[in-house]
Amino acid sequence: MSLVFAIFAPVIVALVIPLLFKRVPTIHTGWFVLLVPVALVCFYATYIPSIMKGSTYMEELPWIPSLEISFISYLDGLSLLFSLLITGIGALVVLYSIFYMNKKKEKLGNFYVYLLMFMTAMLGVVQSDHLISLYFFWELTSISSFLLIGYWYTKDRSRFGALKSMMITVFGGLMMLGGFLILGIIGETFSIRELIEQAPTLASQDLFVWALVLVLLGAFTKSAQFPFYIWLPDAMEAPTPVSAYLHSATMVKAGLYLVARFTPIFALSEVWIWLVTGVGIITLLWGSFFAVKQTDLKAILAFSTVSQLGLIMSLLGIGSVAYHVTGDLVATFTFATFAAIFHLINHATFKGSLFMIAGIIDHETGTRDIRKLGGLMSLMPISFTIALIGSLSMAGVPPFNGFLSKEMFLDATLELQHFDLYAFDTWGILIPIIAWIASVFTFVYSLYFVFHTFRGKHKPEQLPKAAHEAPIGMLVSPGILATLVIVFFFVPNFIGTTFIKPAVAAIQPLAYKVPAEVGFTIKAWHGFNSPALYMTLGIFLVGFLFYKTLPKWTPVYEKLPSKFTLNNMYDGIMRLADGGAHRFSSMYMTGSIRSYFVFMFAAIIVLLAGTMWFKDAFVISFENLAPIRFFEILISIILIVGTVTILVTKSRLTAIIALGAVGYTVALFYIIFKAPDLALTQLVIETVSVALFLGAFYHLPKMDKHEKGKEDRGFRLGNFLIALGVGVMVTLIAISSHSQKLIPSIADYYKETVYSEAGGGNIVNVILVDYRGFDTLFEISVLTIASLGIIGMITLRLAKKKGDRKS
Amino acid sequence: MKTNDLIIQTTTKVVFFIIFLFSIHIFFAGHYTPGGGFVGGLLMSSAIVLLLLAFDLKPVQEMLPINYTVLTATGLLISLATAAGSIFFNVPFFTHAYDYFNLPLLGETSIHTAMFFDTGVYLVVVGVTMTIIQMIGGDE
Repeated sequence: MSLVFAIFAPVIVALVIPLLFKRVPTIHTGWFVLLVPVALVCFYATYIPSIMKGSTYMEELPWIPSLEISFISYLDGLSLLFSLLITGIGALVVLYSIFYMNKKKEKLGNFYVYLLMFMTAMLGVVQSDHLISLYFFWELTSISSFLLIGYWYTKDRSRFGALKSMMITVFGGLMMLGGFLILGIIGETFSIRELIEQAPTLASQDLFVWALVLVLLGAFTKSAQFPFYIWLPDAMEAPTPVSAYLHSATMVKAGLYLVARFTPIFALSEVWIWLVTGVGIITLLWGSFFAVKQTDLKAILAFSTVSQLGLIMSLLGIGSVAYHVTGDLVATFTFATFAAIFHLINHATFKGSLFMIAGIIDHETGTRDIRKLGGLMSLMPISFTIALIGSLSMAGVPPFNGFLSKEMFLDATLELQHFDLYAFDTWGILIPIIAWIASVFTFVYSLYFVFHTFRGKHKPEQLPKAAHEAPIGMLVSPGILATLVIVFFFVPNFIGTTFIKPAVAAIQPLAYKVPAEVGFTIKAWHGFNSPALYMTLGIFLVGFLFYKTLPKWTPVYEKLPSKFTLNNMYDGIMRLADGGAHRFSSMYMTGSIRSYFVFMFAAIIVLLAGTMWFKDAFVISFENLAPIRFFEILISIILIVGTVTILVTKSRLTAIIALGAVGYTVALFYIIFKAPDLALTQLVIETVSVALFLGAFYHLPKMDKHEKGKEDRGFRLGNFLIALGVGVMVTLIAISSHSQKLIPSIADYYKETVYSEAGGGNIVNVILVDYRGFDTLFEISVLTIASLGIIGMITLRLAKKKGDRKS
Repeated sequence: MKTNDLIIQTTTKVVFFIIFLFSIHIFFAGHYTPGGGFVGGLLMSSAIVLLLLAFDLKPVQEMLPINYTVLTATGLLISLATAAGSIFFNVPFFTHAYDYFNLPLLGETSIHTAMFFDTGVYLVVVGVTMTIIQMIGGDE
């Protein structure tokens, strides 16, 4: 139970957080919260040794046993790595937030509840083995992220950003649910373990590619891949600890986790490799290119996160190639997976620290606008050091961990052109080129971020606050992360064997049975014959040139058409959906009952005619027809004359009397068709209703003045056609149904038993009160309700009139 | 303007009872010949309407001090009770029973629980029709 309990531990603690916030105002609530991730880190750390040896853990908590849905916590190399990232970075972020969030001004109760909710959700995502519970936690991350982005809900931008991220990630989440359901149906199981076992048979199913694309949509929206990355820059309205935690280290990596987790299932498909690699590499270039344009510190970091996530995504795509090759090539391509996991860890360290530094700068100077900042180096030396370490690692400079993973990335992209399948041997050459260009831009924005903030001229008059170094507590977390950045450079193989190899073995279960078989070592120096070395040197050189000439070429961004940016497209789509839905509903919801009748009757005609046409249902038969008598013809003529009179008359009185005539004629029909009960009732009811009509219409204005003539010709023609259509359709159906009696009538039973069983002679009445008395019971209830309704309408109206008079 | 309704009032006094008796007849005959609670009730209310036409609302209310809403409710209750009564005899809801009795004056007569149900229908129809007509008539 302990593993499943660990997932839910944060949200259970969250229940008491508001209480602590209210009852213990002297101590910052964050200190209590801090215990949770710290305890969890220790808990998960105990699993490291056995996971390194290749064992896995699985625990189940039934949720809906009848549907075989349960919370299954599955711990292997990959999920352990993510769990440690989530809880480890979580602990540092909570520590940072203790100094960042003011305990008097902020609603800390809300903040930490959302944060703990998010922690549970993320742990659930990375440990779930059941697709449905994975989806459950996935949406919980979207919701808690929504709440955290909109934390300062009085600000418009916060609400906009929260809504935007919600729309995009929930869209992706729903698509992913669709993919999961397809997988569950074609694999007949919702367990990821079991799906992986039957991966080869799944790949031959028709719906497989749909499942693949839908799951990828979920991963791409969550991981802010092109073109869904647009929510991430707007999510920067969240408090900085949130940005550091969710939008750099954990939530955006849920998509990467998903891709890695599903690699054994989907990697056999060519679509998968191209989509994951292609989208990743485009995102990498796009994000790094636009990061240089930003002027807000957090926006630079947001675009940089997008770009780095694209890098990891493309590496995961290249890693999937290992499923298509044999022999030595397997190791060549799993190396990409290895690099992906390594960069994922590295990115979490340096991006987390950079976000925290951006928060510190915001906190201590009052602005994040890079144009107002500058010359903070001597004022904030510790922040500068940390920022420098983070930025250089991001740029891929030794001796920081980013350098190692960037070189591994370049190596991996170069390998792709040796893969002579799915056109990678021709188009594959583009990928290292794009990767190289993107790395140049990464270099540029990394330098831009750190040097434009800390070097140059100090402009105190533009800053809302006098800049000074942050309190020591705030610097602890970024300091730890920056230390890790350097430590990872010097002991990469420790990280490699402890964390990366188990994760790689989990992603590539076919190639490696136990983590120890993954035989990669990380070297900072490959010798002079490594092409990646020259590429890296080229990046430094060209990047430095670009950085120096920054003011000369940045106007290029102004030239880009602003109309076609993805944000404008998103806004356009939202406007279109909103306005379009509004226009559409105001088009048919006219408020006029006449239009609704037109729709309903037109629908009746179309549906009936369509059914008749496609089912070939029209039958006409002249058997079983009774001979026509003279009386019937005569009464029919009277009926028709009466009906036509109602339609063409200009006087309402004539219409009412003609209606009465029609009613009495119907009574005549009842008589000649031998229905005396009906005839009696019809006569009396017709009399009563004509009298009521007369009473009601007596008070109405004359018909000519108001209604006739106002309707335009087209409307009347339309009415005529629809009325004609309904009449014709009903006639056709009556003829067909009369022409084919499929089952015998039950009337014989009534005839035989009316006296012997029911003790009566009048079949109609006996049916009404005995055989089918239930109907009658409710018909008299209907009458009662009608009379009560009339009482209500009239007395309440009178009461209202009286009240009006009083006032 | 004051009008003299002597002829119609006198006629009504006679005709009312004829219609009333006819309505009762049609009601009781319903099980064997055309008629029944519904038509019977309608005829009964038309008799009362005739009274209304001849004597106006207030006098008729004094003549027949009936609360028609209560009448409707009573009718509904009788019908429901008849239908529900069967469950006390361990038979399904709405099972009717009948038998022949030797009644004083009438001799051997069949009594059918459906008749009680129809009585309910009769009362509801009278109540509803009269409620509607009185409400709308009183509103003018």
